[in-house]
Formats: sequence, C-alpha cells, structure tokens
Amino acid sequence: MKTILLEHVRSRLALHELQDGDGQSLLILHGLGQSSPTSVPSIAQVWQGPIFALDFTGHGQSSVPAGGGYTCEALMSDADAALAKIGSITILGYGLGGYVGLLLFGSRPSEVNGLAIMDGPGLDGGGGQPTSPKLLHVPDDELNGTAPDPWALAELSSDIRPPDYAEEHVGQIQALGSQDKAVAVCSLGRPEWLRAISNSPIVFETPAEQALEIFSAI
Amino acid sequence: MSDEVRTIRAAQPRAQRPDRMRRVDVGGLELSVLEWGSEASQPILLAHGGFDFAGTWDVFAPLLASRGLRVIAWDQRGHGDSDVSALYTWEADIRDAAQVIKSLRLTEPIPVLGHSKGGGMLNQLAEVLPSHIKAVINLDGIPNERGFSNQVDRSDIHALDGELKGWLDHRRRSAQVARRADSIEGLAERRRTMNPRLSVDWLKYLVTVGARHDKDGWRWKIDPTLRFGPSGAWRPQWAIPRLKGLRLPYLGIIGTVKEEMGWGTTPEEALPILPTGAEFHALAETGHFVHIERPDDVADIVGDFLQRAL
Repeated sequence: MKTILLEHVRSRLALHELQDGDGQSLLILHGLGQSSPTSVPSIAQVWQGPIFALDFTGHGQSSVPAGGGYTCEALMSDADAALAKIGSITILGYGLGGYVGLLLFGSRPSEVNGLAIMDGPGLDGGGGQPTSPKLLHVPDDELNGTAPDPWALAELSSDIRPPDYAEEHVGQIQALGSQDKAVAVCSLGRPEWLRAISNSPIVFETPAEQALEIFSAI
Repeated sequence: MSDEVRTIRAAQPRAQRPDRMRRVDVGGLELSVLEWGSEASQPILLAHGGFDFAGTWDVFAPLLASRGLRVIAWDQRGHGDSDVSALYTWEADIRDAAQVIKSLRLTEPIPVLGHSKGGGMLNQLAEVLPSHIKAVINLDGIPNERGFSNQVDRSDIHALDGELKGWLDHRRRSAQVARRADSIEGLAERRRTMNPRLSVDWLKYLVTVGARHDKDGWRWKIDPTLRFGPSGAWRPQWAIPRLKGLRLPYLGIIGTVKEEMGWGTTPEEALPILPTGAEFHALAETGHFVHIERPDDVADIVGDFLQRAL
C-alpha cells in the first residue's frame, strides 16, 4: 500500500493507494472515528480501476489539530483535496464518509461519477433538527494528539444535518451532473437526511457491489 | 514604533491600547486576551465580529472603563494575536468565549457585549452557560430569517454552485496562501471597501494594531484560510426562538443603514424576537459598526442599561 501525504489548508492528509489499475478511480471515505482500510474491501473487488482511501483530518495517519472545530464541510474539503490529486472519482462512503461524500458530490457534480452510501459510524450526526445547544467538553488528558481526535468524535456526532440541506446537494447533482443514477443508498440506516433524498430520481437503492458495477461502467 | 505608526496613532487621541494583555490556552490553542480598566471593577466581556479583532474596541472599551467597568476582550481564534487554527466553527468560538470567562475565575455572573457575529455568539453563550452570564448586550448582531446581507440565494443552482466551488477552490489554495502585503494606506483602503462608513484615518489606526509589519509590507493578522461561506447546514431561523427564550436583561442596538458586513435586520424584524422586557435602540443614520460610528452614544446607552441590570 502506497501512502501519499497531502498538505491541505493546515492539515496533512494521508491518502492511501489500495489498488493500481486502469479506468476511473474509486475513493473510499471512512466513518467517524475510523481510518482507511489497509486493503481493498471485499465489496470493492469488482472495481477494476485505481482504489484510494483517505484518512480525514484527526483520523488514521492524518494530522490531529489542536482545539477541535470539526465540520462536515471541512471534511468535504479534505475529500476535495484527494479529488484534486486523483482526478474524477466515484465515492464509496461509510457512515460519516457517506454524508461527506454527498456534500462533495453536490459541490463538484461534474467531477464525481457516483456515490455509494454505506452504513458506518457517524451516518446520523446530531440528527436533522436542532436540539438544545450545549458546550461540548473533552478532558485535557484525552487530548494527546493521537487519532481519532476526541473533538472529531464529539463534534461530528452532534452536528445538525437538515434534510433540505441534503436535498439541496442532490438538486445540484441532478441539475449539473450527467448521471441518471448518481447516488446509491446501500445502507440499512435511514437518518432524516437520507430519507429526504430517497425520492429523487437520481437516488436509488441497491446492494453495494451492484452499485459499484453500475458506477464502474460509466 | 515607527514615526509613521506614531503619527497615525496620535491622530486617534481617543483610542487607547489595553492596560493588560495575557494569553489563555484552549486545548492547545492560545487566545490573546486584552483588558481595559481596573481589575477591581465590574467585569464585562466583549466579543468582536467576524474578520475583526479586539483592537477594534480601542475607543469603545476605554469609554466603558471610564464608566467603572473592567473590560475584557479577546481575539477569536485565527484573528489578531490569537493562534491560527486548522479548523473553525461557530461552536468552537463559543467554547473559546466560555474558556475566556472561566479564566477570570469569577464567582458572580457577568454582563457580555458582542458586535455582529460576536453578538450572535453571545446570544448562544447565554443559553449554554446561563450561570456565568448576567446580561447580554447585542450590537447589530440580531438575527433575521433571511440570514446575512451577503448570503447567496440557495434556490439559485448556479449561485449555489459558485459558492460551493469557490469555497473549495479557496481551500485548495490556502495551504500556500498569505495575506497580500501592502502599505498602511493600502490596507486601510482595502478594508474600507467592506467598512465604507468608517474613516480612512480610523482604518489606518486599525492597521497599526491589527496588522503586522513584514519586510515586504503590512498584512492583516487574520488567518488567510478564513473565508465567508459556505452558508452550510446552519439556518438563521434556528437562532430566533432561542433568542426569544432568553430570560435575562437584554439590550439590543442596531444601525439602520444597511451594510454588506451586517445582518440587515430591521427594527420591525428585531422587536418581535427579542427576549421579553428587552431594551432596544435603532440608531438613525448609523451603519453596522454602531460602537465605532457613535461610541459616546452607545457607551451611554450601555452604561444606563447596566446600571439598571446589575
């Protein structure tokens, strides 16, 4: 496994190349608190092209910043740094990585070919509607600079993911992307944001292997 | 201090640098904290707006200190003399505010005053840390359902596409980017495009406290990775019932001249959403920076309010 280090904003991101190959690239985005797989997951065996996996800021071999401040938009920007390095991609996102993948797809609809959303940690975030705000706290003795960053775990399990925000991103993909089938829902989990996009004509439900076969044929 | 800086500062005789400066650690980041007035006086915490810094209080804070207050302000992360951060959020800024208050080791709750973004932050701080907050004073940071003045129309696919891509493109560049160096006059003129109602002489003064002098010129001490947007998941409507639900003495002051940096909230929008019993002033012919355009009037209003509230 080859690892490329990307200097992005103030993070050093670890982008792992799990598989070489011809054809379009697959980018794997892990779930909250997880890190990239070290080999190609079984469901991605069908993929013939290059396969990459990114460690988000505060995760895996990427840098752990001081003071927290995590947002899904910042992680979307991490994934965008991988996109800039790799070129156009299909995304396989687990949990949090599925949501971040949707944000990136909606922001770069002509450079992402498809997204498969898998179950995984951080799929729900803090739900679709605001709850009482609170001061999050992480004890100093847990902040030792190692991944996963406790601030990431605290902040990205409580961030609000409004259904209309997810719908906006799907709307961008539908209007500006070129795929009839763009977002595959492969998860059992159905948080509010995921239910909200399910009726879109470009969103479809299918097992992961089948989704990747469809996307690899694009 | 160079002769040029000395001359520029001398042209602002009412501006006064803080009496004390210290640093507060917030989990590995350091914040710069400034104070004006006697340490024995009644404390009040000031929160500056976005892309500002605590030095913007250099006229207003001494006016409050002269009214018997210990004025504490801090540079938000990435602003002024505080550390830059890898990540920025509204929530982290509010945590930082709470840490600054806790660093004072006070036994009684204190009043807080915020301008623009700082006002919005303190509305939320009053909700999450009620035992530490005695009263809230909001200077042109009262929300409305439309959001910020310069917010993109999210129903416009191409406008939203431009915002999302623009933010990501900025992030792609920002590992290498530095703020553009310029003369004091040049930085002041550039800032005037966003602060058109403030005098060039005042903006030049701000350069001398809010910018650093490198070999190739002056640069604002504001993290170049920061940028407006994207609008994100947050909805301005969420803040409104929370504001209405606050149960503490509340003073809202807004300017009535709409500016790009402001929220553009009108008196008709503000009045129904303020906490019950709130005091409210809409200043005629005044823009977003009410405390800089009319420091004496605003200090008088704040002083009178605090006499009743404390």
